[in-house]
Amino acid sequence: MDFQTALPFVIMVIKTMVIIFMFILPLVSYSVYAERRISAMIQDRLGPNRVGFAGLLQPLPDALKFMFKEDFTPAHVHKVYFWIAPALAMIPALLTVAVIPFGSMITSGDVTLFGRTFHVPEIGLVVANFDVGVLFVFAIASLSVYGIVIGGWASNSKYPFLGGIRSSAQMISYELAMGLSAIPVFLIAQSLNLSQIVQYQAEHGWSVLPFFVQSMSAFDWRSFVLWVPMLVSFLIFLIASFAETNRLPFDLPESETELVGGYHTEYSSMKFALFFLGEYAAMIVVSALMVTLFFGGWHFPFLPASTLGMETVTSIKYSILHVATFSIKLVLFLILFIWVRWTLPRFRYDQLMHLGWKILLPLALGNIFLTAVLLVLVGKG
Amino acid sequence: MSVVARPNLKWFEKLYIPVILSGMRITVGHFVKTFLTNLGIRKTDKLHPYLEMSKTGSVTMQYPEEQWTMPEGYRGAPALIKDEEGREKCVSCQLCEFICPPRAIKIWPNEIETNVEKAPKEFKIDMLRCIYCGLCEEVCPEEAIFLLKEYVFTGQTRAELMHDKEKLYEMGGTIARPIMKWKDK
Repeated sequence: MDFQTALPFVIMVIKTMVIIFMFILPLVSYSVYAERRISAMIQDRLGPNRVGFAGLLQPLPDALKFMFKEDFTPAHVHKVYFWIAPALAMIPALLTVAVIPFGSMITSGDVTLFGRTFHVPEIGLVVANFDVGVLFVFAIASLSVYGIVIGGWASNSKYPFLGGIRSSAQMISYELAMGLSAIPVFLIAQSLNLSQIVQYQAEHGWSVLPFFVQSMSAFDWRSFVLWVPMLVSFLIFLIASFAETNRLPFDLPESETELVGGYHTEYSSMKFALFFLGEYAAMIVVSALMVTLFFGGWHFPFLPASTLGMETVTSIKYSILHVATFSIKLVLFLILFIWVRWTLPRFRYDQLMHLGWKILLPLALGNIFLTAVLLVLVGKG
Repeated sequence: MSVVARPNLKWFEKLYIPVILSGMRITVGHFVKTFLTNLGIRKTDKLHPYLEMSKTGSVTMQYPEEQWTMPEGYRGAPALIKDEEGREKCVSCQLCEFICPPRAIKIWPNEIETNVEKAPKEFKIDMLRCIYCGLCEEVCPEEAIFLLKEYVFTGQTRAELMHDKEKLYEMGGTIARPIMKWKDK
């Protein structure tokens, strides 16, 4: 295999490495830091401020602590499942990152740098540009609940068991509403491919903020008509995503006050760290999904929606701007997650199921119907 | 038995969203307040009197840079004192040694050159045993042992936390007050 044929594969591997090890994992460790600082300031404290400037190096000792702790396996656990569970919690969160578009396309062409000319191939800033994008995310993300359920069962003691039960009860109550709430977006964008959904939003206005389009002349009155179902969709998706990531107000599997940590009570050291990483990675993925579906993904307001036809250098500049835009939107959502966690108390298990089955599900179904009717009335965009 | 009636919620209250938003406004208010005070842009609130030492505006103190000032009567580490002429007040009567509940005090009595009774040859307090109860101060007939306000002692070895006579006099310093054993001498 010569270099030219191997190039797409090499680029894909590099993209995966860069996105996971230079974007997701640092973002996980710094969202833990942000969680600690923000929660502290909400409670009139200061939080970790000793390691490095303003405590910015705190993730380093945190990680070291996890590595040097004793990895203790209690005698009463089911060993095989006990070992599999943390990986099952972590892997789905990282897998779903594959279909999230972090930025636009870099156009192919020749770039002269330091007096040399390089040929840059076309690079899309998404690892796998699937046409089933969102379905893939839902399919894989719902696997992460197995990590929690198996971990809770394999621990073979009371609290983790209760945590596991709650987790499965929680999953069936919100997952339907979550999937159905995303359907109006597909009806409007007429695609399941996340890159194309972003493209559509850039051309016709963001789903939730339809006045942000690629240029002033591109305002689309149809997007304003569809604003109401989009807001409802977003609200349902937001509520369901709190349940999806096991964050307060729906952190029933964990419930540190009553279940002593729930499913991860028996875990220590790096196995606990995997659960921890999985939880925060899931939070990042769900935030990224919300940004992509409802807030125009990497699109910066009033700038062109596509870099096709641009020179390579210009398209690289635009790509950097797009990645930055995407990151900022993502971080804002992470802050929202943290902010809500330190505001709201936990729901009771039956209250969550009441909310999921009796309120969100009918609302999501009605919303699909409303979107369809509106789409027929206003015509295709 | 009185039955408390459930409040009748209006439709928008049943949506929970306005309540959630008002809750989030409160938490972000606290965040902004603490953040700005920490940066020094905003002045510290009038906190609880004991917490006024905190310069960062948080309810927690940045120990060890900021420390509490202890109230009068606080029971810290015991120490021996001398009078204004630099004479030992302790007569090594050993009452403190006998009353000490954890047996932290050990005294070796000694005759001294002047014609007063005695003074300790060696006086040791084991700070790893001391429970800061203050009974030694209570029992001392010569008012020679006092509890200070200091309470932080750290050492690399157990021996470092064994306070000997020299260290105890250094910590205690001088309190000018009439003492009996030098009277008429």
